[in-house]
Amino acid sequence: MESFEAFFSWLYSDHGINLTIGYDSYDRGRFLDGVWTTIKLSVLSILFSLIIGAVGAWVQGSPLRILRVFIGFFIAFFRNTPPLVQLYFFYFAVGTVLRVTGENGLPQPLVSNFGWAVISLSLFAGALNVEIFRSGIEAVPKSTIEASEALGFNRLQTYAYIVLPLAVRVALPSLGTNLVNLVKTTTLAYAIAVPEILYASAQIWSDELNVREMMNVLLLSYIGLVAILVWVLHRWEKALRIPGYGV
Amino acid sequence: MTWTPDQPIVSIHNVQKSFGALEVLKGISMDIMKGEVICIIGPSGSGKSTLIRCINALNDIQGGSITVEGQEVHDDNLDQLELRKKVGMVFQQYNLFPHKTALQNVMMAPLKVLKQNRADVEQRARALLKKVRLEGKENNYPGELSGGQQQRVAIARSLAMNPDVMLFDEVTAALDPETVKEVLVTIKDLAAEGMTCILVTHEMGFARELADHIYFTDKGVIVEHGPPATFFDNAQDPRTREFLSQVL
Repeated sequence: MESFEAFFSWLYSDHGINLTIGYDSYDRGRFLDGVWTTIKLSVLSILFSLIIGAVGAWVQGSPLRILRVFIGFFIAFFRNTPPLVQLYFFYFAVGTVLRVTGENGLPQPLVSNFGWAVISLSLFAGALNVEIFRSGIEAVPKSTIEASEALGFNRLQTYAYIVLPLAVRVALPSLGTNLVNLVKTTTLAYAIAVPEILYASAQIWSDELNVREMMNVLLLSYIGLVAILVWVLHRWEKALRIPGYGV
Repeated sequence: MTWTPDQPIVSIHNVQKSFGALEVLKGISMDIMKGEVICIIGPSGSGKSTLIRCINALNDIQGGSITVEGQEVHDDNLDQLELRKKVGMVFQQYNLFPHKTALQNVMMAPLKVLKQNRADVEQRARALLKKVRLEGKENNYPGELSGGQQQRVAIARSLAMNPDVMLFDEVTAALDPETVKEVLVTIKDLAAEGMTCILVTHEMGFARELADHIYFTDKGVIVEHGPPATFFDNAQDPRTREFLSQVL
């Protein structure tokens, strides 16, 4: 660790490249906290957006018109408005209404800024996932669904055991694109002071005036994070591959 | 009224069915007794497939009635699962679940729908695959099997639900001539065990050999029916004779 820090000190003293996160444990601590926050934000939003997508696509096939219309509005709302505005809407408009009285007798927010970021990003990506899952569902032959009905599967069982597993395979490439975009969109949480990497980096460069260095670190961090996600998606795709099957 | 085995297991009475303005079935009636093998033949578009799809409520009907073991099929209060446990169906295009192996295809419905014990289901599924002569193919995916093999998995899958009646909807129509036989042998075995079978088929030789009764449909009505010997050798209606002269 000492030679590691010595290297970055030398890099600064002899070459003027000021990577404080290399030799200053306080800066390194806030940066790594930022990385960890971004990871938590991404993983939670991905999970919830996938659940929203799968449930939404199921509801969209419901025989009840009112449910289908509701999902239609939900998708239109989140697709046709900027995610930053959505985030502000949840944090500043909904968040100020949802308050509880804290121990000190003052009103406290019910949901933290991190919580709102997860909710907002999940809904944003989830709305797109509904559409993506639906395109996959439409690729499942009607005759396959009929065969499952003839075997006694009800609508939910048919969806869970046959339609969704096949739809996911068809939808995986577009799903991957959306999830990669979701990870990149987590930077918006900066706007409501969630200490993710961009926020942490901005704090560091305001204190240390090393904007150029931190910009590079920031970009490389995202390349690394997205590379991990792409690798996971690739593994998933491989695991789902069916011998002898077209898609 | 409770059903007893001396009554028809499937009773179809004056069934009418339209798709929009197109009348497909114009008053079809037939009674099928337990253990009988029934073949429905006729030109394409005559409503054969629609008729058997109505028997397990994959299609609804506009008039008439269909009962299976005394239970009216086209009843809003029908317990659909009860019906589908009684009636198995095999399709022209096999319609296996492509993401499941042969064994998993057979096991899926008993496990997920009937919630039966996994070990028992697996034992039965393996026995069924053996019965349709697919031992050794348990772990193959449908995409790795030939059409005839897929169709036999589909038959085993349907049998796994222990149905009382089996519907076969042109099950050999999509197969190569050489694989048709392996599927027909499987159906023959089933019939020999006393399974009630209703087949829509173009295999006249097979119908003649196996069927207890043949129904000839054209333009949504039953033109003529009878035991195979009478039907094939002594058809009365000119439409039947014309059809037979084309296919035999």
